[in-house]
Amino acid sequence: MIRVCYFASLREQLGRAEEPLELPAGVADVAGLRARLRERGGAWAEALAESRPVLCAVNQVMARPDQAIADGDEVAFFPPVTGG
Amino acid sequence: MPAVRSVRVQAEPFDPAAEVDALRAGRPQIGAVVSFLGLMRDLNDGEPVESMTLEHYPGMTEKALEAIAAEAAARWALEGIRVVHRIGELEPEEPIVLVAVASRHRAEAFRACEFVIDYLKTRAPFWKKERVAGGERWVAARHGDSEAERRWEQPPDGA
Repeated sequence: MIRVCYFASLREQLGRAEEPLELPAGVADVAGLRARLRERGGAWAEALAESRPVLCAVNQVMARPDQAIADGDEVAFFPPVTGG
Repeated sequence: MPAVRSVRVQAEPFDPAAEVDALRAGRPQIGAVVSFLGLMRDLNDGEPVESMTLEHYPGMTEKALEAIAAEAAARWALEGIRVVHRIGELEPEEPIVLVAVASRHRAEAFRACEFVIDYLKTRAPFWKKERVAGGERWVAARHGDSEAERRWEQPPDGA
């Protein structure tokens, strides 16, 4: 299992803050997981569209699309940050 | 002696002067403190803003701030770094963030302070939501913030 978290506008669009997920077969990295979540359609296809500037963190560290994901990881998707 | 680093994320207001005092008090080797105070404005994108909510990613936020402070301490000879960032509800005029950097001489503190706030703007997981007359809106990331971050990809001057 992995834990997937969503923040800010993404959390609102998707209607959830987090979910446990069985790491889907064939999904090896961040880009793969994002593509798989898009297949849910509707708000998922829209919010996670490739044209959208979505950032990702794996185990609470910023991650690139090709970063590997393994069982037990915490993966978070969120919009560009606006603190400070 | 390595720089004394402190990062905090809190819903409560903070006193910028007290934070700066805490950073330098009892450490007479410090010759300079440079601080940046980010404040909530009552206007953004030409529209009056009534209040703001700051969301963050608990756990990652602290790690990201620690990493930025550690990076600054590795690049410059510093005595101390203190970062305080608010979360939750804020009203205009309230401090949002304080970055205070102490060093023996001013040059390092000036540069490191700007570096920390530039990196915080693009690497720390905070998101601002503004309340305006017509409802609420998420603040969009500014292109200028990424430009500011990239300036620091060059080796630090004087290094």
